[in-house]
Amino acid sequence: MISPKAGSVEFRNIRKMFGSFTAISDLSLTIEPGTLVTLLGPSGCGKTTTLRMLAGLEHPTNGQILIGGKDVTMLPANERDVSMVFQSYALFPHMSAVENVAYGLESSGFSRREAREKAEEGLALVGLAGMGQRLPAELSGGQQQRVAVARALALEPQVLLLDEPLSNLDARLRRKVRTDIRDLQQKLGFTAVYVTHDQDEALAVSDRIIIMKEGEVAQSGAPRELYEAPASAFIADFMGEANVVSCEVIAIEDGRARIRVGGLEHQVPAGDARPGPARLAVRPRSILLAEGRKGEGLSGKVLHSAYLGDHVEYEVETEVGTFFIEDAAVDRVLPVASDATLGFSNRGIAIIGG
Amino acid sequence: MTRGNRRLDVVLLTGLAALTLLPWYRVESGFYAFRWLSGLFSTAEAAPGLLQIVSYERVWLIVVPILLVLTAGIRPVRDPMRRGMLLAAVGAAGVLYLSLQGLAIGFTGWNWTVSETLFGPLADGQPSMGAGAVLSTLVFVLVFSFGLAERGVMKGDAFIVSAISLLAFLVTVFVLYPIVSMFIGAVQDYDGSFKPDGFIRNMQDPGIWSLSCVIGGARCGVAWRTLWLAIMSGLASTLLGLAFALVATRTRFPYKKGLRLLTILPIITPPFVIGLALTLLFGRAGIVTEFVADLLNIEPGRWLYGLTGIWIAQVLSFTPITFLVLIGVVEGVSPSMEEASQTLRADRWRTFRRVSLPLMKPGLANAFLIGFIESMADFGNPLVLGGSHGVLSTEIFFAVVGSQNDPSRAAVLAIVLLAFTLSAFFAQRLWLSGKNFATVTGKGDSGAHIALPKGLSIAVHAVVIPWILFTMAIYGMIIVGGFVKTWGLDNSLTLDHYARAFSVSYDGGIAWTGVAWNSFWTTMEIALISAPLTALVGLLTAYLIVRQKFAGKNLFEFALLMSFAIPGTVIGVSYIMAFNLPPLEMTGSALILVLCFVFRNMPVGVRGGIAAMSQLDKSLDEASLTLRASSARTIRKVILPLLRPAITAALVYSFVRAITSISAVIFLVSAEYNMATAYIVGLVENGEYGVAIAYSSMLIVVMLVIIAGFQLAVGERRLRRENRIAGVDTPSVPLGQEKSA
Repeated sequence: MISPKAGSVEFRNIRKMFGSFTAISDLSLTIEPGTLVTLLGPSGCGKTTTLRMLAGLEHPTNGQILIGGKDVTMLPANERDVSMVFQSYALFPHMSAVENVAYGLESSGFSRREAREKAEEGLALVGLAGMGQRLPAELSGGQQQRVAVARALALEPQVLLLDEPLSNLDARLRRKVRTDIRDLQQKLGFTAVYVTHDQDEALAVSDRIIIMKEGEVAQSGAPRELYEAPASAFIADFMGEANVVSCEVIAIEDGRARIRVGGLEHQVPAGDARPGPARLAVRPRSILLAEGRKGEGLSGKVLHSAYLGDHVEYEVETEVGTFFIEDAAVDRVLPVASDATLGFSNRGIAIIGG
Repeated sequence: MTRGNRRLDVVLLTGLAALTLLPWYRVESGFYAFRWLSGLFSTAEAAPGLLQIVSYERVWLIVVPILLVLTAGIRPVRDPMRRGMLLAAVGAAGVLYLSLQGLAIGFTGWNWTVSETLFGPLADGQPSMGAGAVLSTLVFVLVFSFGLAERGVMKGDAFIVSAISLLAFLVTVFVLYPIVSMFIGAVQDYDGSFKPDGFIRNMQDPGIWSLSCVIGGARCGVAWRTLWLAIMSGLASTLLGLAFALVATRTRFPYKKGLRLLTILPIITPPFVIGLALTLLFGRAGIVTEFVADLLNIEPGRWLYGLTGIWIAQVLSFTPITFLVLIGVVEGVSPSMEEASQTLRADRWRTFRRVSLPLMKPGLANAFLIGFIESMADFGNPLVLGGSHGVLSTEIFFAVVGSQNDPSRAAVLAIVLLAFTLSAFFAQRLWLSGKNFATVTGKGDSGAHIALPKGLSIAVHAVVIPWILFTMAIYGMIIVGGFVKTWGLDNSLTLDHYARAFSVSYDGGIAWTGVAWNSFWTTMEIALISAPLTALVGLLTAYLIVRQKFAGKNLFEFALLMSFAIPGTVIGVSYIMAFNLPPLEMTGSALILVLCFVFRNMPVGVRGGIAAMSQLDKSLDEASLTLRASSARTIRKVILPLLRPAITAALVYSFVRAITSISAVIFLVSAEYNMATAYIVGLVENGEYGVAIAYSSMLIVVMLVIIAGFQLAVGERRLRRENRIAGVDTPSVPLGQEKSA
C-alpha cells in the first residue's frame, strides 16, 4: 500500500541570489502537514525557485529550510524526503512506465522485485494498471502526467512537489487531471506544494494559496479569502480581473462599510477598513449596467463593446475611471458612444489596502 | 553525514594503501610487469612510501603520512562547514606539497638553488613518481573535493565536485604543464640552469624571420613562409568549400549524396597520404610529370617539392572540412530572408550578393580560420613534400630529431607556431562572437532556398566537377599505388608491397612476418585503449559544462576549445620536454601515447557531448535527483543510455583519430611502441613508396570497415529510437523545453 507521510514545510528567512540578481529577497512561510498549498504568481515571481529550493535543486543563499521539522538546507536533492512532478514530466524516455516508477524505489535501496511490485501498485493508484510496459512515447499526454505522479508518490515522500503539472495538457484534460490530483491528495492525505500561474487551477485545488510577487509573499490564505478580500490591487487583479478605483469610506457599522464612488453609494464588508479615502476592487461581473442616464448610480459612456456568446464585454468611461464590465444580459448590446449607468451588485466588491 | 564518512573512509584507506602497498617511485621494468611485487619491501626502487621514509632517507615524504593522519583526525568534527573547510585545506596542502616536492627534488637532489640554500643540500635525490605517489596525489584531490562538497559547493554533490577537481587537475598536468615546461625549456640549458642565450639567438634567427624574399632576396624565413602558406590554403579551401556547399544545397546537381561522402575523407585519410599520392602523379617520377616531359621533351621538374606542392595537398585535404562547415552555414541562411528579398523586387543575383552572401560572411570567416589553423598544424604533407623548404611544424621536428638536436630551437619554433594558431583562434572567438547570422530558429521558417543565379551556378559547377575528378584521381592513385612495382621505372603490377608489409606465415602457429604488423598491432592496441578513455573524459566534461554551474566554468570551456588550436607538433614537443624527467617520466612508454591521444582528442568528445546533451531536457537529470538517485547513478542510468549515439560517435572518432594522427605521435613513438603513421613516414623517408602506399591504403580500408561496422551495428537502430525519444513527432514529451517560470 502506498501511503505517503504528511510532513510540514518551513522556510525561514530564505534569500536566493543568482549572481547579482536577487530572485528571493526574504521569504518565510510554513505549510501545515496534509494540506495542498499552491504557490501562485506571474512568471518570474520566484515560485518555481521556491519549489526547486524545497526539492534541493537549488540551494538558498541564506536562510533555513525545514521539512518535517528537520533542517535540510544543506542536503542535496537525492537525500531529501520530497519528490517532484515536473512541468515536462521528465519521464525517462528509454524506460517503460513501470521502470520509471521503480527507478526512485531502486535508488532508495528497495530490491528490484519489491520496487517492481510497488511500482505496479503506484500505476494502479493513478489508474494505469496494465500499462506498465509502455514507453513514455507510447502514452498520451495525460497518461504520461499520471506516470509522473505515480513515480513521485511511490517514494512515499513527506512532501509532494508539483511544478505546473497541467501546463502541457489541453484545456479539457486539465480540469479532469486537477480534480484527480486533488482527490488523490485528499484520499492519501499527503502534503503537496503546487506551483502554477493559473488562478483558476489554484482556486480549484488548494487548501491554501500563497501568492508571490517579485520574490516575496504578496498574500496567503484560503482561496475564498483571497478572492473576496484581496489585500492589494495586485492580488485583486491577479485573482480574476478587477477594476480598481478610488472610493471614500463614509462610515462603518456592524462590520459593513458605507462607501461612495463618484455619485454611487454602496455597502461592502468592512474588513479592517477605516473611514476616509480608500481603494475599491470591483469584479467585471459585479457591475450592473443600465441603458441611458439614471439619477442614481455612476453615469458613463460606452467606449467599446463586444459580444462573446454568454456575456457582453464593455469598456465604460466614468468620472472615476474606465470600467471593464462583463454583462450577462446578452439580449441587448449597448452601442458604442451611448450613455449608460453603472450600479454595484452585492458580491465581488472589496475595499483593498495599499 | 554517514555518506560523507563512508566516502572519506574509502579514500583514507586508499591513501594508506598507496603509502604501504604500492611502489612509491617509478619502476623501470614497468608497473604492469608486476616485477616490483617481489622487491616491494626489500629494494629501494620498489619500496612503498612509508619504507622510503624509514629506510631510504626520503625524509621529506613524512609530510604525506602526517597529512593523512590529519585527515583522519578531522573526521570526527561535527560541524559540516568547519569539517569541510579543514578537509579542503588538508587536501589542497597535500596536492601542493606532492607537486612541489616532485618538481623541486630531482634525481640527484634539489632542482632549484633557492631550495638548496634554504634547506641545505640533500644526500640523495628521487626518481620519478610511481603508482604510490600518483595515487596519493589523487587521494588528496578527492579529500579536497569532499571538503568543498561538505561546505555545500555544487549543492553538496561530492561526485560532481570530485569530477570537476579531477578534470581540472588532469588538464593542468597533461595540457598546461607540458606547454609551460616547453616555455621553460626554451630558456634552459641542458643542466637546467637559466640560460636564455639559445632562446634569444633562435628568436632573432633570420632563418625564421627573414623577409628577404619580399625585396628580391633568396628566401623568406620559415615563419613567414608558413604564414603565407596558411593564408593561401585557408583562402583556397574556403572558396572551394563554398563552391561545394552551394552545389550541394542550391543546385540540381545529380550526385549530391555522393558529394557529402566527401566529408568523410579527411577523417579516414592519414594526413600525409594526399602528399604521397601527389608525388605519384606530379613528382619527379610521377605519371603526369613523365607524360608531360616526354610530350614536350623537357626535363622532369621538381616544382611539386615546396610550398606549391604542400599547398595543393592541403587544399585537397582541407576542402572537405570547410565544405562540412559551410554546408551548415549555407543551409542556415533563412529561406524567408531570401524570399523577402525577392518580394522586394531583387533578382536572384542581387539577392545572393546583398542578402545570402552577407549572411554567410561570419561562416566563411570561420571556415577560413579553420583552414588556416589546419594548415599551420599540418605536419604530414610538408614532411612528404617539403623537401628543403620546410614549414614551422617540420622544422620543429627536425630541430628535435635531426642532427641539430636543439631543444631550445624546437621550443622557440613551437612558440612561434603556437602564437600564430592561437591568434587565429582568438580572432575567431572575439571577432566572430555574436556575429552568427545563421538563422535556424526552429520556428515555422518554411519556404525554399532560391536557386543560384545562372552565371554563378555555371561557375561553381565548373570548379566543383574538375576538383571532384582530381580528388578521385588522387584516391585512385592511393589504391593503385600499392600494386605498382616501382613508380616511373617499372610500372608493372605486383603484390610485393602488400606481401612485404602484411605477410603471414604458418609455422606451427601464426607468425606475423610482414614488416607492418608490429606497428599495426601497436596502433590498434593504443587506439583501443585510448578511445574509451577519450570518450569518457570528453563526455564527462561535456556533462559538467552543460549541466553544472561552477566557478571558472567559462575559463575551463575556453581552455578546452583552445586546445583545439594547439598544433600536434607543439603538443609532441611539449610532451617530450615535460615527461622526460622527474617528477613524471613517461617518454618511450605506451602510456604517453595514450595520454596524448586522450587529451588531444578530448575536445572532440566534448563538442559531441555538448551538442547531444543540450538536446536532453535538464529536468530529466533533476527528476532523477529528486528520485533519490545520486549524480553518478543519474549519469549511468539516465544520461548515458540517452547519449548512446553520441558515445558511439565519440568512440569511433577518437579511435580513428588515434590511428591517423601523426604530428604529435611522431615525437612520442619508440622502438617498442611504434605507431603505423610514424612507421609509414619512416618508409617514405627511406624511399619505400610502394610499401608506404600499400600500408596507407590498408589503414584507410581498416578505418572504413570500422566506421561502416559501427554504423551498421548500432548507428541506424539507435538513431531511429533516438528520434522517437527526442520527441520530434511526439510533442507531448518536450525534451528540449526550458522551464518558463
